[in-house]
Amino acid sequence: MVPTTLAPLTDLKRMSRTMRAWIITQSFDSKVGHIGSALSVVEIMAVLWGRVLRGAGTSAPDRDYFVLSKGHAALALYCAFRWNGLIDAATFQTYCKDGTLLGVHPEVGTPGVDIAAGSLGQGLSIACGLAYGLKLRGSEARVYTLLSDAECNEGQVWEAAMFAAHQRLNNLTALVDVNGMQALGRTRDVLDLGPMKRRWQEFGWLARDVNGHDEAELLAALEENRIQEDGPFVVLAHTALGKGVSFMEDRLEWHYRNLTPELAKKALAEIAQAEEP
Amino acid sequence: MRKAFVETLVDLAGRDERIFLVTADLGWSALEPFADRFPRRFLNVGVAEQNMLGIATGLAKIGYVPFAYSIANFSSMRCYEQFRNGPVFHGLPVRVIGMGGGFSYGHAGPSHFSLEDLALARLQPGALALAPVDSAQTRSILLQLQAVPGPAYLRLDKTEEPDIPALNGLFAFNAPQLVRPGNDLLLLSTGSIAQEALKASDLLQNHGIAAAVAVQAHLSFRAEDALIDLLRTHRAVVTVEEAFRTGGLGSLVAEAIAVHGLSCRLCNQGVNLPLDGVTGSREYMRRRHGLDATSLADRARLFLQELS
Repeated sequence: MVPTTLAPLTDLKRMSRTMRAWIITQSFDSKVGHIGSALSVVEIMAVLWGRVLRGAGTSAPDRDYFVLSKGHAALALYCAFRWNGLIDAATFQTYCKDGTLLGVHPEVGTPGVDIAAGSLGQGLSIACGLAYGLKLRGSEARVYTLLSDAECNEGQVWEAAMFAAHQRLNNLTALVDVNGMQALGRTRDVLDLGPMKRRWQEFGWLARDVNGHDEAELLAALEENRIQEDGPFVVLAHTALGKGVSFMEDRLEWHYRNLTPELAKKALAEIAQAEEP
Repeated sequence: MRKAFVETLVDLAGRDERIFLVTADLGWSALEPFADRFPRRFLNVGVAEQNMLGIATGLAKIGYVPFAYSIANFSSMRCYEQFRNGPVFHGLPVRVIGMGGGFSYGHAGPSHFSLEDLALARLQPGALALAPVDSAQTRSILLQLQAVPGPAYLRLDKTEEPDIPALNGLFAFNAPQLVRPGNDLLLLSTGSIAQEALKASDLLQNHGIAAAVAVQAHLSFRAEDALIDLLRTHRAVVTVEEAFRTGGLGSLVAEAIAVHGLSCRLCNQGVNLPLDGVTGSREYMRRRHGLDATSLADRARLFLQELS
């Protein structure tokens, strides 16, 4: 597999910044939380959907597959769909409104979504099934899945991790959003997952730690992964919950809280003032 | 029944490249004919039922028709949420095989009894809950499932009992099959315990009671016309299932009677007590819970007396 051309990353940085603003405006408009989780995966989504994935979200037979195992970050996924034209602005704005297919989690029938999610711990297994079947067919398509760090509390994640390594699923890439925060506290206080990298390595995965808010680092890791041959690959993307908005960053309550008009304005101003890509 | 399942699956897989068999490390001395002939479409995922259902979902998503195999209690309960969120929500053709339902694994004890599997599967309007009564009906069901785009749960027996002659392997979705006519009473059963219902009918004959026998292998989400019509023609029905008394066949019939205002009276036979640690052969466990032919015939006679 030839690595995709490394064009300047300004397009991805612009995509990230736009998605971040869309997350704020839309969660404010829809009055739905999970803002912090969506903000922590913005750069991951930008790199995947802006550069790495080939044909994902379409019905092309040899497309790459993406499984959002941490389904509660779906708002960031919908932002990527909007950026790529998989959904239009009007559809995007139905997010979490009555009758929408754009719920808090990706659902069956949501445009661009192959696998619905919402119950943590199940996406990696489905990704394994996709990857195993695609290999069997001689397909060159790849399967990507995004997990949360707290999701790794679920035993099924490690059942799937064992399977992927045993079957040498080198067409499978998992990304873990390591923001260190779970529903009731910091991961290290609730159920310590450290050292995360060594755990995945001991389960037989090739693992890389990257700054999950740095498009260049993410892209380099994923491109390196495209040509690796031994087995499954995991990118441990170190991030901050609520990244990009000072009063949300690394603050547990932004798993849950909704924005007031004042806070939404403040957040958008901060995003707009961030360095021009 | 297990032999018929594997033989039929091998036969189908020879003609249909979508057929795939996944096991959670069970099926020794049973699955080899498939594994040997189709090694690329056979996968042992290890002792990991939740992962098995996820893998089956992924395989089905890209066009395979995976059969996910384990002992019934494991494949129906350990991964029930994965079944619901995966094949059921996505409408994918995953067939979950529950081997050895009811008290099949008698000596293995309550951890291995499967008395909830059919009720759980029946709860999902997007899935089929199936319990063939013999090998011939198992073949029919597998053939008919080929045309079903969504998921199914199949409770199968691992033992090889003779087929029920009057049934001739007949099967139709949503419908009972009448295997013996009779005007005094209807014995309606699902799965292999139909053999006990047939014997109970023989015993009732000795008492001058003509008990019809019917089987309903598909425990549908709601009662459909064929079942309602059958119940209309009887004044009393005894349901027989190797399962807890609530949620399965007895409940389906009770719902049919109540919702459709039928005059048929119901005596629902199934396990009616919490499980304790007592184990024994399947025959012993059936006797212990009143599900052997003699107990069923006695209960049916009492029921008719109560009604008269």
